[in-house]
Amino acid sequence: MGKPTGFLEYQRRDRSYEPVDERLKHYREFVRPLSEDELRRQGGRCMDCGTPYCHTGCPVNNLIPDWNELIYREDPRTALAVLHRTNNFPDVTGRICPAPCEASCTLNLIEDPVTIKTIEHAIVERGWAEGWVEPVVASRRTGKRAAVIGSGPAGLACAQQLARAGHDVAVFERNARIGGLLRYGIPDFKLEKSVIDRRIAQMRAEGVEFHPNSNIGVTRPVGDLMARFDAVVFAIGSEVPRDLPVPGRELAGIHFAMDFLAQQNRRVGGEKLAAPDILATGKHVLVIGGGDTGSDCIGTSNRHGAKSVTQIEILSMPPEHEDKLLTWPDWPMKLRTSSSQEEGIKRDWSVSTKMFTGKDGHVTGLSSARVEWRTSNDGRPLMEEVPDSDFEIKADLVLLAMGFVHPVKQGAVAETGLALDARGNLKADTENYRGSVDKVFCCGDARRGQSLVVWAIREGRQCARAVDEYLTGSSDLPR
Amino acid sequence: MQARQGLYDPRYEHDACGVGFIANIKNRKSHAILAQGIEILHNLAHRGAVSADPLAGDGAGILIQLPDRLFRSEAERLGFSLPEPGAYGVGMVFLPRSAETRRACEAVIAHFVAAEGQTLLGWRDVPVDPSVLGDSIRPNAPVIRQCFIARGANCVDADALERKLFVIRKQAHKELRARGLPDSGNFYIASLSTRTIIYKGMVICERLAAFYKDLEDERAESALALVHARFSTNTFPSWELAHPFRYLAHNGEINTLRGNINWMMARRHSMTSKLLGADLDKLWPLIGDGNSDSATLDNCLELLVAGGYPLPHALMMMVPEAWSENPLMDPDRRAFYEYHAALMEPWDGPAALAFTDGRQIGATLDRNGLRPARFFVTDDDHVVMASEAGVLDVPEERIVRKWRLEPGKMLLIDLERQRIIDDDELKAEIATAKPYQQWLDQTQIKIESLPDEIAPMAPPRAVLLDRQQAFGYTQEDISFFLKPIALSGEDTVGSMGRDTPLAVLSSRPKLLFDYFQQRFAQVTNPPIDSIRESLVMSLVSLVGPRPNLLDLETGGKHIRLELHKPILTNVDLEKIRRIEDNTGGTFRTSTISICYPAADGARGMRAALDAICTNAEQAVRGGHNIIVLSDRLVAPNRIAIPALLAVAAVHHHLIRGGLRTEVGLVVETGEARQLHDFCLLAGYGAEAINPYLAFDTLSALRHEFDKELSEAEAHEAYIKAIAKGVLKVMSKMGICTFQSYCGAQIFDAIGLGADFLDRYFTGTVSAIGGVGLDEIADETMRRHRLAFGDAPNYRDALDPGGDFAFRVHGEAHAWNADTVSLLQHAVRGNNYRKFKEYTRLVGEQEKALISLRGLLDFDYPADPVLLAEVEPAREIVKRFATGAMSFGSISWEAHTTLAIAMNRIGGRSNTGEGGEDPQRYKPLPNGDSMRSAIKQVASGRFGVNIEYLVNATDLQIKMAQGAKPGEGGQLPGHKVDDWIARTRYSVPGVGLISPPPHHDIYSIEDLAQLIHDLKNANREARVSVKLVSELGVGTIAAGVCKAYADHVTISGHEGGTGASPLSSIHHAGEPWEVGLAETHQTLVLNGLRGRIAVQVDGGIRSGREVVIGALLGADEFGVATAALIAAGCVMMRKCHLNTCPVGVATQDPELRRRFNGTPEDVVTLFMFLAEEVRELMAKLGFRNFDEMIGRTDKLKQRTDVDHPKARHIDLARILHRPDVPAGTKMHQCETQDHRLGRALDHQLIAACRPAIEKGEMVVVDLPIRNVNRTVGAMLSSEIARRYGDRGLADGTIRARFVGTAGQSFGAFLARGVTFEIEGAANDYVGKGLSGGRLIVYPPHASKIERDKAIIVGNTVLYGAIAGECYFSGVAGERFAVRNSGAVAVVEGAGAHCCEYMTGGIVVVLGETGTNFAAGMSGGIAFVLDESGKFPQRCNLAMVDLEPLADQDEHIETLEHRGGDLEMHGLVDVVHSLTQSDAKLLHGLVARHAGFTQSPKAKTILANWERYRARFVKVMPIEYRRALLQIQARTRAAERPEVSVAVGAAE
Repeated sequence: MGKPTGFLEYQRRDRSYEPVDERLKHYREFVRPLSEDELRRQGGRCMDCGTPYCHTGCPVNNLIPDWNELIYREDPRTALAVLHRTNNFPDVTGRICPAPCEASCTLNLIEDPVTIKTIEHAIVERGWAEGWVEPVVASRRTGKRAAVIGSGPAGLACAQQLARAGHDVAVFERNARIGGLLRYGIPDFKLEKSVIDRRIAQMRAEGVEFHPNSNIGVTRPVGDLMARFDAVVFAIGSEVPRDLPVPGRELAGIHFAMDFLAQQNRRVGGEKLAAPDILATGKHVLVIGGGDTGSDCIGTSNRHGAKSVTQIEILSMPPEHEDKLLTWPDWPMKLRTSSSQEEGIKRDWSVSTKMFTGKDGHVTGLSSARVEWRTSNDGRPLMEEVPDSDFEIKADLVLLAMGFVHPVKQGAVAETGLALDARGNLKADTENYRGSVDKVFCCGDARRGQSLVVWAIREGRQCARAVDEYLTGSSDLPR
Repeated sequence: MQARQGLYDPRYEHDACGVGFIANIKNRKSHAILAQGIEILHNLAHRGAVSADPLAGDGAGILIQLPDRLFRSEAERLGFSLPEPGAYGVGMVFLPRSAETRRACEAVIAHFVAAEGQTLLGWRDVPVDPSVLGDSIRPNAPVIRQCFIARGANCVDADALERKLFVIRKQAHKELRARGLPDSGNFYIASLSTRTIIYKGMVICERLAAFYKDLEDERAESALALVHARFSTNTFPSWELAHPFRYLAHNGEINTLRGNINWMMARRHSMTSKLLGADLDKLWPLIGDGNSDSATLDNCLELLVAGGYPLPHALMMMVPEAWSENPLMDPDRRAFYEYHAALMEPWDGPAALAFTDGRQIGATLDRNGLRPARFFVTDDDHVVMASEAGVLDVPEERIVRKWRLEPGKMLLIDLERQRIIDDDELKAEIATAKPYQQWLDQTQIKIESLPDEIAPMAPPRAVLLDRQQAFGYTQEDISFFLKPIALSGEDTVGSMGRDTPLAVLSSRPKLLFDYFQQRFAQVTNPPIDSIRESLVMSLVSLVGPRPNLLDLETGGKHIRLELHKPILTNVDLEKIRRIEDNTGGTFRTSTISICYPAADGARGMRAALDAICTNAEQAVRGGHNIIVLSDRLVAPNRIAIPALLAVAAVHHHLIRGGLRTEVGLVVETGEARQLHDFCLLAGYGAEAINPYLAFDTLSALRHEFDKELSEAEAHEAYIKAIAKGVLKVMSKMGICTFQSYCGAQIFDAIGLGADFLDRYFTGTVSAIGGVGLDEIADETMRRHRLAFGDAPNYRDALDPGGDFAFRVHGEAHAWNADTVSLLQHAVRGNNYRKFKEYTRLVGEQEKALISLRGLLDFDYPADPVLLAEVEPAREIVKRFATGAMSFGSISWEAHTTLAIAMNRIGGRSNTGEGGEDPQRYKPLPNGDSMRSAIKQVASGRFGVNIEYLVNATDLQIKMAQGAKPGEGGQLPGHKVDDWIARTRYSVPGVGLISPPPHHDIYSIEDLAQLIHDLKNANREARVSVKLVSELGVGTIAAGVCKAYADHVTISGHEGGTGASPLSSIHHAGEPWEVGLAETHQTLVLNGLRGRIAVQVDGGIRSGREVVIGALLGADEFGVATAALIAAGCVMMRKCHLNTCPVGVATQDPELRRRFNGTPEDVVTLFMFLAEEVRELMAKLGFRNFDEMIGRTDKLKQRTDVDHPKARHIDLARILHRPDVPAGTKMHQCETQDHRLGRALDHQLIAACRPAIEKGEMVVVDLPIRNVNRTVGAMLSSEIARRYGDRGLADGTIRARFVGTAGQSFGAFLARGVTFEIEGAANDYVGKGLSGGRLIVYPPHASKIERDKAIIVGNTVLYGAIAGECYFSGVAGERFAVRNSGAVAVVEGAGAHCCEYMTGGIVVVLGETGTNFAAGMSGGIAFVLDESGKFPQRCNLAMVDLEPLADQDEHIETLEHRGGDLEMHGLVDVVHSLTQSDAKLLHGLVARHAGFTQSPKAKTILANWERYRARFVKVMPIEYRRALLQIQARTRAAERPEVSVAVGAAE
């Protein structure tokens, strides 16, 4: 809370970015932190709400008012402890979370929300800088063994919690390095990989074993794990991308976003590339899909030196300002511009792709049409094409960033015979995270479908508690 | 009396009433005295009550000396002869109607008479006329007979016979109660004495003498007559509970009853009596359980008298004056009280007690003077005392003294010594009869006098954290309690309501403390203002054995230890532990650990408790006289039993063994930290408490504080706050002394099982049953495991708690982010689908057990009705009201939004306690109206003038508020801006205090009077009384109905607030389900339900809850928090900080701009609610709402609950349907007869027509009597309806009365009306005075000096707003209490004069009582201080005393004050005077002389210069500052060029 009248006295101030022409020259993070004084004032804006909407607005239920207060009272060390109480990786969320907490902040109803994410980031970075972040080594070992398949945010959070509860945990990752989506999906300019590495170091100290290059169900049978471990957690992500099955889809130069992004991350990380280069350098890039992955494609393309970058979205353009009385504290549909979009982009909405056009087997553009959206009688959105609205967009690199439909079923899932829900995700509930097969647990995007990193962390933590209960009969791990 | 059924329980019945006596000082017996007694009773009739049957009174009675002449001749007629007076006794016996049982009763009496060695002479049928009884009474009336008993050889004198008769009576009662013969409940011996006899019964006052023929028999003669008219809240009064009792008649209530009964029981083994000898044992049980408080009081008094105490001495022990904080008290008297404090804990509560043993008659008043008692003495040796003046017509010239009983004072007429003995003489005589100071010196040790000790050091952090967790500390204990308390020394305040589950419904482990709710006073007795009236409060606690109650001679050998407060520092505790070494072994302390091996688990707790009780008993028997119960040894392998459980178990174990008064009980516990915890420990028997862990926590926290605090300072601040808080909790129940609070068990349990309570908390009740020891032990075990376990979240932090604000891993809240936002989205988008989503969520919360109603399900019938056939929503919404929130607690925008919305739908909004800006009475151009239909009348009476009252649809008397029942409030000066000040008729910048009690309601008949006043002021309005749910509220509601209220509100403890102590928000009151069901059942049981509308409120959020409310018996519904949320509230819980970010609960203009509510949104909420109600009605098969009310058969308790605690709850008592005849009304469908027809105002209005209609001058002359109540209010309402607050031109109406006016004379008197009385007036003169003028002077024939005679009663000018008064004589207590603008001159005043005054001028030309100007924040008083004692009598907390300015300073003063006086709208009289104090005062005295012909005023004027110097001016500090600010602002506005200089000067 800091200061009861802080919100009346201080304006919201947030971190700034390096200028665009500077930051486009490299793949490093480009956020400039607030000064400590300013940060303290920003913490003082928190109103210590009797009903803190941010608490439930945040998927991991971060104790936001508590650490705002501690920052205002200049007690960063306790703030760090409180922050870690609900979140294993605030250094990740402090960088890449869209911050639903800020949308739900009570101050957002009447003016600008508290800079929650900035404060979170500052607390944890201060903690690393001061050496306050330490491994939490379990005081007793249970002797139980748990395997976690997948080292994305859900898998890592789950593994860390289980290790802290005293279990022997092994994490299996099919890629060469640990981190899953964090390492391969998110560009370095948003999340430098050293952030993951230091967490891996921490987890190693806590007793977690990591097994990269282990594609369970492919390079190593699941049965092997099932035999050797007391519990097996599937945190395999939701990796099957949504495709755009229109004429011309087979043309060269049309790629799924993740192929493009992962390759760039490997390149920055000095890994050997298995596939041919996908580079935007000197190209007209078209990004289909208006979400975060789309933005990452834009930022990467601009850094490659694309001639132009265009982004289209099938939905209509959202309003610039939401009607807060009807949306707060929920996440509102409104026009947002990401830092990558700021770096140079043409955006268009209500565009439907009818076919890709190409020359010599390589894409050159696409034919598209305008659509209109209306609401059906039962409240569902309906799309209609606007007659005679066809138009062409020029492109020689098309990146499909339209989301992910469900986890990969070949391999581990198929081998285990796990049941799926109607959407093709692994079936398990949020009470006990149990898969349909004994001793199997499922969490993260693989269970809930594609979502935010912060949701993945929540699922990993809760799943760990469920596993702990399963293994020992009860659990002291927080829900 | 009705038996207990459903939630109705006769233990909660209360009574109050009128009491009076007449006596001939010379002990001359005559029939005339008796006849005059009967006449007094007639004139007190309006203080009694009648129930549904107009001839069925609540009881009336008369006590007289034995009419020897009558009995002697009657005996002769019956064939036996009486010995000489004094050698025989007469019993007045109520016998069962069944002849067989009757014979058995008579035989039992005969048996005991013989067994005790006396002679039964014979029986007489008492001649009665049953035809005068009410139809409902006659069939069950007892057979009444008198028995005559002659002295036996074993009695030497009349006193000995009197004692034997007592022993006979006790044994006969006990024997017959034990036999349980059919109909033996009717057996009762009203009196059995050689000196007095009582005629009483269920008769209305006017018919008593017609019923008992003896009373009209000329042969019946007595020198005294003591009479009583009863008003019982209790709907089923009985013959035996009518007063008088054997020694006394009582007007008031004993609040500490449970504790008093327990303590009496506890001393059985320590009591011996020289006089009673072996007979003492035959008297047990001394107190029959189930008796009324008055009867119990009488039982105790009787024992003390039989044990040899003189009657007044006994009363001084039982109802002592306030001595501990009174520095002015004579040392002997002080020693007397201090000595007796160890013998007997005070019987505390409002009380006017009239008592007699036939040889002496007298009266005494409680320490705070909470009941009225006026008396006069005639020149022919008669004394008349009564609850009000004017009860007996006596020629004025015969009266030689007219006075009132003052707080704690006694009046005694000794008929044998044939003289009046006044308080000073009487008490001096008693106080010096024995060497009390010497006895004290021998037996008393004060803790300060013990040698210093060294306390243990606080543990290291890790151990501290484990201990905190073992005792259930949460982060909120630190952030909401310990930290702010240590910094401020005050208990902490919060806002909005409690929306968390009851402890028994919570899935989190709760402390045992959380299962108890504090009880509080409402209606039948007043809460006390422990801050402003601190002089009556005392926290003195005595630890150690009590002396033999009946030892009058030796002073005892028991040593006792005195503490000034019951909270012990660690050093204090060490002193007590080591006391044996320092007192030569007189004290021996035994520390008993209340921890047991963790290995025994939860199931081990029962045996551990038993062992502790046994250890305690052995310690006592082994000669220890202090026991310290300690949980300091808690450790990973030692579980601490909840301290409260251990204390209560030991306390009751020792009581049962009769050992409790042999030993002091101290608790050393880590569990106690919040105020509520301390109250409970004390309430269940701990005489002192050491919260060592709270101290350790503070010691550790100290380093985080912004300000420098030493360890001792932090501990001290905490003790101070808790001590102050304990006083406040005691005062909520009207209890003044810790000694009588200790063990008084002023708590309701919620969710504890009967077996558990009966065993460990004997006498405490839970309406819904609940968990037992196993579940409590499980919770303790869970805490213990977490504390000493390895859970990551508890490794370095406490549990978040989440009770006071939502926390995600904390306690559940009904209002959370989801429910608030869904509701807002639904109403803003006018989206019923979303609303259903919201109510689905509310339903899920209910299912998860957030409140009791979650345990209920509907029992749907097979035949629903069509939705279309159900009463339309637009009709249902008329049953809705929003909550009472003042303009001041919420913003203008929020307040008017609610008002407009409710007016649009025909519902009602509520002004709250803040007055209403008159601009809101005029409709807006678009047809909307901002007028709040419900006008609240609360204890501060802000803005309650006649214009306000006539602009009401409902007038709501707020007796209590769900969030802080029994407490007052305070609006700090910085929140009183110009606008709020205008609306409340106060001064900007000056703080406003709402006292805890209404100072015109100390009992049920007072409430009836206020209802009568309000009904007179607005005949069209419904008068409503707002109560808060607690056990017994149904009985109070029945009383409220009998007091002619049209409407009653039952508020649940979930109700919201702008600012309340957190302990009250969370720990006082019961859920509305309990209170509502009890109210409905009690009203139905006695046929009153049809006469009164019942409203329920407190946390109603959905249509389902409305329907449950209706099925449990509500006609109407208050919805406050949900309505505020619809208007934009987001449950910030920051109302008390003025920082509400959405402009709802703030006055900050910047924040008010952010208010985004609309009337449309609020209307939508109510329409949606009604729509959902309709859907449920259709499913339940109801077409009309009325059909649904009270249909608990449509509800059932859920059977699918597998919650470990909640499954023990039993809601059968809530769902009980009273067994009543078919056709009994189940909902409000009749109207009350307010008996306004007899009002004198009808004559006044008729005579004043030309004035009212044309503004012509009118003069009226009328006689007046005490039965003419509230004269002038109805007349004023006629004026206010036409002319508003402006009224008529000054002097338009002049009414002159001769006689004694009844209560509330000149209430709300409008501008332009002058009332003048030659005679006197009773209580509440000029209540809410609205511009009129009142003049009262004694009859010209009177011989008494006016400044020595009482002229007006208590609580005069309460809440007066404007007008002027001249009273030529002395006023009673609390003159000009909460006056906000009237000018008054009086020639003397009682205690608490000018209390809470905020404006106006009071001139006292004589002596005042103590505590002058307590809580006075505004206005000015001038007091003529001839004796120089005034400064000692003035409470200087908020005022300065200054001499009147010299003439030379006049110019300066004139400059300063001129504008101010004008600004306050003071009456013209002030305006026209020159504005110096001296001239102002001179002018007022001159007017006083002119209007009243006061000799004193004339003397002063004639010797002005001499007298001027003796006047003291009383100036409130805050008021002066505010006036200077206003003046500076005004000047700055007038002369902007100097504004900088003025600003700089400030």
